[in-house]
Amino acid sequence: MVSSQSESGLLSSEGDSQRTQYPYVTGTSVIGIKYKDGILMAADMGGSYGSTIRYKSVERLKQVGKHSLLGASGEISDFQEILRYLDELILHDNMWDDGNSLGPKEVHNYLTRIMYNRRNKFDPLWNSLVLGGVKNGQKYLGSVSMIGVHFEDSHVATGFGNHLARPILREEWREDLSFEEGVKLLEKCMRNLLYRDRSAVNKLQIAKITEDGLTISQPYSLKTFWNFGAFQNPTVGAEGSW
Amino acid sequence: MDSIMKDLNSPHSMGTTIIGVTYDGGVILGADSRTSTGLYVANRASDKITQLTDNVYLCRSGSAADSQLVSDYVRHFLHQHTIQLGQPATVKVAANLIRLLSYNNKNMLQAGLIVGGWDKYEGGKIYGVPLGGTIVEQPFAIGGSGSTYLYGFFDQEWKDGMTKDEAEKLVVKAVSLAIARDGASGGVVRTVIINSEGVTRNFYPGDKLPLWHEELPPQNSLLDILSSSSSPEPMVS
Repeated sequence: MVSSQSESGLLSSEGDSQRTQYPYVTGTSVIGIKYKDGILMAADMGGSYGSTIRYKSVERLKQVGKHSLLGASGEISDFQEILRYLDELILHDNMWDDGNSLGPKEVHNYLTRIMYNRRNKFDPLWNSLVLGGVKNGQKYLGSVSMIGVHFEDSHVATGFGNHLARPILREEWREDLSFEEGVKLLEKCMRNLLYRDRSAVNKLQIAKITEDGLTISQPYSLKTFWNFGAFQNPTVGAEGSW
Repeated sequence: MDSIMKDLNSPHSMGTTIIGVTYDGGVILGADSRTSTGLYVANRASDKITQLTDNVYLCRSGSAADSQLVSDYVRHFLHQHTIQLGQPATVKVAANLIRLLSYNNKNMLQAGLIVGGWDKYEGGKIYGVPLGGTIVEQPFAIGGSGSTYLYGFFDQEWKDGMTKDEAEKLVVKAVSLAIARDGASGGVVRTVIINSEGVTRNFYPGDKLPLWHEELPPQNSLLDILSSSSSPEPMVS
């Protein structure tokens, strides 16, 4: 079986029928929470290539326009492509020069449409996205999956974060978290992911977005705790076990 | 007979070791020279470091055909771009053209590429473009099947701000270590040094590379050992 390739341009492949691909270079969980003044988001800087942790300085949290912050897990090349789509969206929005600027809710909706329409063509962008921002005092936090499932909540996570971080957030998240409390909460979640997610890497960034603007922290590492008595000699009394 | 036929019809792939390293003033690209069809070495002296422009070169790994075609297209586009721009293309532009082809044809291509070069705006730069078409700017990049043996080595040995000689020694040592353990890498080590002064190609034949664990110094013949040996036990019964 040979597919006939009618390539209209050398730099893109429009003619042939593509199908669901495989991810190659992937990022793991992203966590986002609303706090008193806005949104906090955390992601580590790992880019895995199968089971190899190949890249350890991948920035997975990026600014979008004036009001929004995008975090992505999944295939990094598709994330880079999404950033280009968003670049174009923001550019055209600015070109109207009408004093209005796209807020997080609009960007979230745009991303949802992109992801869902690609899913319908059986050629998804292999990402799970977290989109957060503040506009006119309104905090917004939403997520979109690679098949276009989207929702808005006070705390969201992708990948392993759904299983390891959200239970912590369900217990400990409050509407009026201060910045310090929010960061501590995210770090608690990220540390848990570091212990239990094989593709997690101990180098992360935390981003904050408020009405006043956006900051993404310098990369930093978390301390981990191994000093449990039960870890010291786990097989005493049961040699051969683990 | 069947396995030989399978070999003859296997896709030419470059199980490879490729490396790109920045140093204070430019970049060094390095690679082995083995191209295999299945278990047969189709070319034992291939040149996997391909020129894109006067100042930008490409290390190729994965499918030999795919990486050759991608590099041919990008060389063509860069040539046109240089004419229109009126000055040498930047490394970033070259890397992004590689990315465009790799990303937009991700279902059909199997090429892991490292772009390295020097331009007057950013100096020496290395960009990794792995399978899938992600683009990652790095101080050094490794790729190909032999690179799995080098992650630990580079984690330990890489330093920022090396001199040209230090960096080239590191590259040659690394490719040679990978060749020692990766069946799909072998032959000679080729390096390409790119900086503001221009481009230098170097060639390190297999017999000039350092010896590693369990490797012995090569001899002409057992007879030389026997005749020159002062020890009483050259042949043990």
